[in-house]
Amino acid sequence: MMGDGESVPFLLSLFLSGLVPDGFLPQRPRMQQGASARVSAIQALIELLSSMRFAISLLTVLAIASIIGTVVQQNEPANAYLNQFGQFWEPVFARMGLYSVYGAGWFLAILAFLVLSTMLCIIRQATPMLREMRGFHEHAREVSLRLFAHHASLVPTLPPQARRGAVTDYLAGEGFRFRIDEREDGALVAARQGGAGRIGYFLAHTAIVLICAGGLLDGDLPLALQMYLGDKAPTSGNRPVADIPASARLGPDNWSYRGNVYIPEGGSADFAVLNAGDGILLQSLPFRVALQRFRIDYYASGMPRRYASDLVITDNDSGERFERTLEVNKPFTYRGVTLFQSGFDDGGSRLRFTVRDLAPGAHPPYPFAGEVGARIPLETLGYGYTLEITGFRPINVENMAATAPGGGFESFFGGGANAQSGKKPRNLGPSYTFKLRDAAGQAREFSNYMLPVEIDGRWYLYSGMRASQMEPFSYLRIPLDGDAGVDAWFAIRHIFFDPARLDALAARFAARNLDGDDSTLRERLKEAAGHTLALFADGGFAAISEFIEKSIPEAERERSGAAFLQIIQGLTWDAWMIAREEAGQAALEPGEAHAPFVRDALIALADSSRYGAPFYLQLNAYEQRQATVLQATRSPGKALVYSGALLLALGVFGMLYIRERRLFVLLKNDETLLAMSSNRKTIDLDETFARHRDALAAALGATAPQN
Amino acid sequence: MELAPSPSSSSAAPPSAPGAPAPKRRAYGDWLYALALVTGACFAFLRYGQAMDGYDAAILVLHVPILAALGRAWRPFRPFLAIVAVLALAGIWLYQGDPARAEQTFFLKYLISSQAAIAWMSALFFIATGAYWLGMAARSDFAERTGSALTWAASVMGATGLFVRWYESYLLGPDIGHIPISNLYEVFVLFSLITALLYLFYEGRYGTRKLGAFVLLTVSIAVAFLLWYAFTREAYQIQPLVPALQSYWMKVHVPANFVGYGGFALAAMAGAAHLLVSRGILAGRLPAPKVLEDVMYKAIAIGFAFFTIATILGALWAAEAWGSYWSWDPKETWALIVWLNYAIWLHMRLTRGLRGAMLAWWALGGLLVTTFAFLGVNMFLSGLHSYGSL
Ligand code: HEM
Repeated sequence: MMGDGESVPFLLSLFLSGLVPDGFLPQRPRMQQGASARVSAIQALIELLSSMRFAISLLTVLAIASIIGTVVQQNEPANAYLNQFGQFWEPVFARMGLYSVYGAGWFLAILAFLVLSTMLCIIRQATPMLREMRGFHEHAREVSLRLFAHHASLVPTLPPQARRGAVTDYLAGEGFRFRIDEREDGALVAARQGGAGRIGYFLAHTAIVLICAGGLLDGDLPLALQMYLGDKAPTSGNRPVADIPASARLGPDNWSYRGNVYIPEGGSADFAVLNAGDGILLQSLPFRVALQRFRIDYYASGMPRRYASDLVITDNDSGERFERTLEVNKPFTYRGVTLFQSGFDDGGSRLRFTVRDLAPGAHPPYPFAGEVGARIPLETLGYGYTLEITGFRPINVENMAATAPGGGFESFFGGGANAQSGKKPRNLGPSYTFKLRDAAGQAREFSNYMLPVEIDGRWYLYSGMRASQMEPFSYLRIPLDGDAGVDAWFAIRHIFFDPARLDALAARFAARNLDGDDSTLRERLKEAAGHTLALFADGGFAAISEFIEKSIPEAERERSGAAFLQIIQGLTWDAWMIAREEAGQAALEPGEAHAPFVRDALIALADSSRYGAPFYLQLNAYEQRQATVLQATRSPGKALVYSGALLLALGVFGMLYIRERRLFVLLKNDETLLAMSSNRKTIDLDETFARHRDALAAALGATAPQN
Repeated sequence: MELAPSPSSSSAAPPSAPGAPAPKRRAYGDWLYALALVTGACFAFLRYGQAMDGYDAAILVLHVPILAALGRAWRPFRPFLAIVAVLALAGIWLYQGDPARAEQTFFLKYLISSQAAIAWMSALFFIATGAYWLGMAARSDFAERTGSALTWAASVMGATGLFVRWYESYLLGPDIGHIPISNLYEVFVLFSLITALLYLFYEGRYGTRKLGAFVLLTVSIAVAFLLWYAFTREAYQIQPLVPALQSYWMKVHVPANFVGYGGFALAAMAGAAHLLVSRGILAGRLPAPKVLEDVMYKAIAIGFAFFTIATILGALWAAEAWGSYWSWDPKETWALIVWLNYAIWLHMRLTRGLRGAMLAWWALGGLLVTTFAFLGVNMFLSGLHSYGSL
């Protein structure tokens, strides 16, 4: 046995060793002669390529190469890599093809070598192995039999003729095939079993070739070739289909492709979009696919259970027309093209909004409509923005954790079925996202919910905003007033931030808090209120605390901070009351009952100054229109790969589980010599030999075997 | 001597071989067992037939010959199967269609509801590991016997847990029910179970319990992870299947994969033992190098064979679910890497100069590769396979 003192340098030599032709298999002395006799350079090269060590090195290299593609995210947009690797390395890695390793030339080269090596290996093995499979080695010499690791000599009592019969009967019974070689000093019965294992070798290794070949046909290579040889070139994706030039269109005769088909409900398509590098190609299909309806079924928990597209397919040539429902895991093949349910999208849902202008004294709320995907310039409405409606989701199921995860030992016990307690799925209703792009092209993204959401007993309308894709949304929480809904808050805001009404509001506040007849004091309070309101208007709480920092001595700050807060809350209350009067609603009794609303309203007022949109876009009604995303593929290599896979499975089991056994029984007058060999060294051989030895000894009425 | 086949191992040779001592009652046993399987299948069909479609029925029928062959090649598997069947049916019966009973019924709550059974499995595996180590340290045959008895018990509980969990999933709703091999928690139970069973098979086959300490160690580590994962993530909750997982392929793909993983884990431990023994460490307390080499080969052979099948099934499934049988998704790619790694191992074994310690190291390293393919990918690499995500 080899100590690992040798094993470490071996790791290095493993790769080099591939470059040194060497003996093939320990079990095959025949081959070593073949290898050692270097007839010519070509001969030597073939020896090398088909050598086991080369195979091992090759498989190792392939394994390592495959790792790269899992470490580097594949086929990302170029700028993603730029961010990741920086100016210098990004192009270097690009040259090395690290962004699509499995299509890279060097990777395909490795595979090519694997195929070549395997093929040569099969060819070189063919003759000797077939000989092994058929042959019995019935001419084996006695001396060599005595050298077998497993041999025993029996001293039989039966006469030679009777012995031969007994032996052959036994062997036949054990499922051996055998041949008898007559010799002057007796006869050699050479028996063989499990030769089929060798077939396994051919099956498994041919399979490798088939699979690689099939994979190549279905890979990126055919498309790459068409672009290289033919006049095809990808174009940029964001342009109407009509404008796509013939150079970027592939005919239905194309025999290998994989592309996406996007179809909105009520629409149809007869082409697939293939991504090639940064651009796209149009692959026309032999039929037109129309989407009647796209359906999502949900589990009770709100998890999607089923995606299904109701399609109508019309053959472009025969005009034949039929309906078909496509589902995940249930693909469908027509005219050599296979369609899969691979995704879904919004197909241009129609949304009806109310625009609530945030600027004080601007126009009252008015209706507005648009559909998902639309870009609507708002100049006509007097806003310097373009509205881009980017998405709509009718259902948003959130798992509101009732108990924090980690239910602990108690909840672990019992059935998995009722350990559900942990999470409360809850549908927050429809949500919609849109962008407001200003003249400079800068866009803010908004994500609003149509329905108010209840958070511990109070209701809010949520609107998320972010200035860039990188950030998470920060949410504006508009509180609802019991009988006036969201109107209350918007009305409060208009009053609160309207310079024209500042004076009146401050006065009302002062009057409410100091109704004594000390008018000067009241005047001072009114001023303070007006001042606070002005501060808050242009900077929210930050402005106020900043003012405190600057103008109030350390010791006082605590107290005055509280005072400011009281004032601003008081003002909110008064603004609310004014709003209610104007809306013809009854005034309310000041008190703790209303404190939460006032607090929420105030926070929302502060946040709204950072909202970054001139209006609040509120969804009133929608007509959902979905789109399905199908994958259309044509994979000619599939048959090859699948048959290869079958051969591989059979071959591997054959090689590993059909044990080749050779049993030699040399019948001499005074002795019966047993010897056994196999092409795989396993302990079973010891057992099997012992079994045959004892059984034969019994059959021959021999005395106890001695080696 | 160790190489001498133990009583159970002689039964590993197919009884058809006249050479093997095949007493009459032995054949009767086979027939009784086969009969039991057939009756079981019939019962299952009569009881649940109306809920089965063509595939289900076919799979049910297929189980009879497969389990028969298994029980023939490995006799201790029969009582195992019988006990698991009884316990699982008992669990189902105790539920009487009401998930709440998991809390109310004593036997469910503390014994054979899926969670309880799996908790028992975990505990028993831990104790079994201790027993094996004690046996190795004290050269105590008794301790080792206890170890394998406990391992059997743990396997029984694990299998029962999975079967009962399968039923429980249907209690959540007919559309939710599915085979419990769909998330990391469930497959970890499967892994521990299969590794233990594979080990027990070879334990009988080679008639030596000396490898138990090492193999059960890996099982215990898996179980420890399982429990951590369960408690920190409430992973034991049965979740419905996302559409991509609703496929028959899953039922064969995943188990085949785990026979592979189990075999590789076993081989790695044999490798580790081999490295120690060949340095004279624990020499008397571990199996002889020759046995270890053989275990390594057998374990990798079965692992490789099943992993090949699993990968092929995976490709067939991917072809249905994602529209391409191979998309170089990280999980797929790592499966390929694992597969190549053991193909290399098998070839090295056939090449002069690369055997002995080298093979042992390679098998040990193989476990790292396998573990990464199994866990690392879910943790560090994103892809289509993000179901069992951590
Ligand atoms: C992905 C590629 C390959 C796989 C999966 C594979 C698989 C196998 C398996 C499972 C065995 C049986 C090992 C055993 O019985 O212990 C085997 C044996 C063998 N392989 Fe490969 N192999 C591959 C590539 C190659 C290559 C490239 C060569 C030659 C350059 C090769 C040459 C051999 C030889 C000569 C044997 C021995 C056959 C025998 O003695 O019956 N293999 N292979």
